[in-house]
Amino acid sequence: MIQADLNIVLPEVILAVFAMVALMGGVYTTKDKAAPLVLWATSLVFVLLAAWIGFNGEGANAAFGGAFMDDGFSRFAKVTILLSAAAILLLSQDFMTRHGLFRFEYPILVALSVVGMMMMVSAGDLMALYMGLELQSLALYVVASLRRDSAKSTEAGLKYFVLGALSSGMLLYGASLVYGYAGTTLFAGIYSTVHAGDISLGLLFGLVFVVAGLAFKVSAAPFHMWTPDVYEGSPTPITAFFATAPKVAAMGLFARVVHDAFGGAVADWSQIVAFLSIVSIFLGAIAAIGQRDIKRLMAYSSIAHMGFALMGLAAGTAEGVQAMLIYMAIYVTMNIGTFAFILSMEKDGEPVTDIDALQNYSKKEPMRALAMLVLMFSLAGIPPMVGFFGKFYVLKAAVDADMAWLAIAGVVGSVIGAFYYLRVIYYMYFGEERDALNGSMPMVNWMFLVGAAAVMLLGVINLFGIEGLALTAAGALVN
Amino acid sequence: MDNLLSVITFMPLVAAVILAVFLRGDDEASQRSAKWLALLATSLTFLLSIFVYTGFDPANTGFQFVEERDWLLGLKYKMGVDGISVTFMLLTTFLMPLVIASCWDVKTRVKDYMIAFLLLETLMLGVFCALDLILFYLFFEAGLIPMFLIIGIWGGVNRIYASFKFFLYTLLGSVLMLVAMIAMYMDAGTTDIPTLLSHTFASESFSVAGVTVVGGLQTLMFLAFFASFAVKMPMWPVHTWLPDAHVQAPTAGSVVLAAILLKMGGYGFLRFSLPMFPVGTEVLANYVLWLSAIAIIYTSLVALVQSDMKKLIAYSSVAHMGYVTMGIFAANQQGVDGAIFQMISHGFISGALFLCVGVIYDRMHTREIDAYGGLVNRMPAYALIFMFFTMANVGLPGTSGFVGEFLTLMGVFQVNTWVAMFATTGVILSAAYGLWLYRRVVMGDLIKESLRSITDMTSREKAIFAPLIFMTILLGVYPALVLDLIGPSVEALVSNYDTALLDSGVTTAVAGH
Repeated sequence: MIQADLNIVLPEVILAVFAMVALMGGVYTTKDKAAPLVLWATSLVFVLLAAWIGFNGEGANAAFGGAFMDDGFSRFAKVTILLSAAAILLLSQDFMTRHGLFRFEYPILVALSVVGMMMMVSAGDLMALYMGLELQSLALYVVASLRRDSAKSTEAGLKYFVLGALSSGMLLYGASLVYGYAGTTLFAGIYSTVHAGDISLGLLFGLVFVVAGLAFKVSAAPFHMWTPDVYEGSPTPITAFFATAPKVAAMGLFARVVHDAFGGAVADWSQIVAFLSIVSIFLGAIAAIGQRDIKRLMAYSSIAHMGFALMGLAAGTAEGVQAMLIYMAIYVTMNIGTFAFILSMEKDGEPVTDIDALQNYSKKEPMRALAMLVLMFSLAGIPPMVGFFGKFYVLKAAVDADMAWLAIAGVVGSVIGAFYYLRVIYYMYFGEERDALNGSMPMVNWMFLVGAAAVMLLGVINLFGIEGLALTAAGALVN
Repeated sequence: MDNLLSVITFMPLVAAVILAVFLRGDDEASQRSAKWLALLATSLTFLLSIFVYTGFDPANTGFQFVEERDWLLGLKYKMGVDGISVTFMLLTTFLMPLVIASCWDVKTRVKDYMIAFLLLETLMLGVFCALDLILFYLFFEAGLIPMFLIIGIWGGVNRIYASFKFFLYTLLGSVLMLVAMIAMYMDAGTTDIPTLLSHTFASESFSVAGVTVVGGLQTLMFLAFFASFAVKMPMWPVHTWLPDAHVQAPTAGSVVLAAILLKMGGYGFLRFSLPMFPVGTEVLANYVLWLSAIAIIYTSLVALVQSDMKKLIAYSSVAHMGYVTMGIFAANQQGVDGAIFQMISHGFISGALFLCVGVIYDRMHTREIDAYGGLVNRMPAYALIFMFFTMANVGLPGTSGFVGEFLTLMGVFQVNTWVAMFATTGVILSAAYGLWLYRRVVMGDLIKESLRSITDMTSREKAIFAPLIFMTILLGVYPALVLDLIGPSVEALVSNYDTALLDSGVTTAVAGH
């Protein structure tokens, strides 16, 4: 019995054991000198696990009495998480080394948070949900303040921790209400209670608190306040990490809770999610207009993008979940490319984050500027870039679910948001002559930047077949 | 060739990719090869499009040269042309080599400039050939990107403002269309344009928040599409981006904008609004007719007081587009024929007028009317050509401008006499601003010191104008060239429209005759 359960959680176990072994190895041997080795090994493990899960997983298996689910949905999310985490690790090596931040704990902490994320998207029980969430968050709090001697970085870590604890508290309170009224912490059990008839007031209350806690984790407005500060304060590679894998995990968990546990009461949560979606889209679009710091800009951009992903979820259908998954996969790819660029924004060895520094960048580095142009248009959702198809899928899901008003509000918000992406392009292409940036770009970053841009362009042909995979994944979740 | 349309559409893209990947350096030689390659690619595209023209059977009102492949999400990559779209396609392929030739003197970022125009050509051709809603949208919206860059990088002093306004204004219009397209997809279960053309969308009235929507879903969808095409067209009062964009855009950008990009709006009305939402069109047609009449008179008056030549011609474009919307929404054979004819003819004439401005701008680097005067003394050939196109713009019989205006006015007269009457005053006004502009720039004595040494047109410039003059006269004396091509398709469009209205039982709201 336990044998079968362990078989199902084997990837998580392997990753956790790997993290422990690497930690011990690091502590007892060369410490920070081993950091590059640990980093490359961690990335390799991520990629191998992603390949294993992607190619080997089959069907839906429940472990530990249904507390841990291994199905198409979790596999899709896990592969996305693992690959994006690997990419971010590789991107960060150069930056970390040159700024003296490269400790061997960094990849290990990332690995531990990835274990948490994998648990999150597989959660089939409120306890498992909370365990995964905390494992992920604790590791993230630490990496946010990795630069211990910087006030901004420690502030970011502390802010993230305090607000994160608050949201965890809310989530926990909601979970206890749900448990009290449903009589079980298992999603399947809650599902049958909610399905049985009208949702009771206590359950509804619990649902609202759980959703609020989750909205904090995906940084959806009005629970977004921590995002710009944490993005700005953390070292840039950490910001890049925050913007990718944890977002996928949180969205995956969100989808799990609302569909697996509350799938019988779609009407009750779909309006909350729709509200979160609209507020996030507009806040992300409007608040970013005044930003000059590209990391804060990306923070608001990610809030707006989470709004669109939530729009797919708000539809409450399998099509909506499929749209959300496709959106997240595209979003992560775009962010990896964009951060590969941001990591290389330097003047005389100091990181620069003011977008003003991009003035006339296209003259100096036409290829990188062109890649950024493609990524920016893709983030804005302009066809034929793949970002458009992400938006198209969620809009279609929303219209399909009779939420045309949501779709209309979303597209209006996306037009407002297009402004600040255009401004980045404006600086790079129309700006005046200035020599504000002179950092060189490591080969790895260049490859990710140009690769992401190429994906954005070539994806128009068939989205690299992701559509069918997401469909299977969504089918596994929504029944 | 089964995939002739795809070859034509993507030929410029291939050339752009070759330029981007293989051409290095920014010296004289590589600039020259960039220009020659672009000219070669656009000319080749034009030559290939002649095969479409010769192989096209006007009597067949269906789509021809159709090709179809599966794409994402149940969408199709489907291309094809009918009588209406083939004319626009030919207009585009005909004008692009001239556009490329007109920017021969550009010195900054020549390679990028050529790439932008080549990309733009692919996207414009895609708009006219696409037979799938989302494919159409993709080309329609992607066209904003190269135009944004063309205005922003190579534009005038105030180019940043103009490029942002252009981009965001048109984007806002088209995203609403996207939502309507998705709703159509839901309703009809397909994005295939030929299928949608025969699909009847619900037109039962319903009320939203206490307001009764006459024509129901069709009216709402019509409005969503209208938001997009009216901005693109552009119609009064959403035309304000156009003068800014025109003034700041480089000459070649202005030419493409006026001659082709604006026509996407008119094409959209004919492809989507009229045949797919006949009831919605009927409910709102009268308002559109009046908007057009206002546009014609108002923008003509505004054109009168402009001190910038390009702005004047930009406003004149808006006025002429007023005739087009008027003809389209008259929804009868003369009106629609006239509207298409007017669009084609305006493509040649306004393109030529912007080139005329470009000729003297290249020499004097100002577009202020006051800076000129008496050019006829130094530039006789220029004076002649400018006069010819001013006359054509006014609608002198014997030029193509006359045919379009006359047909649209005739079409509208049958539907709404008052609108026709007001619109006719626009002809007088266009003569007023056109001739006055000509007088101030070309006639009189050459008293300005700065103009003493201005030189007449080079043979390259003359060569660019020659085909435009030829086409303007040819279409003016032999309009059947276009009318025979579009006639059967328009006839089918109008009769389907009338049948659909009869079936839905909507009484003709604009029965002013």
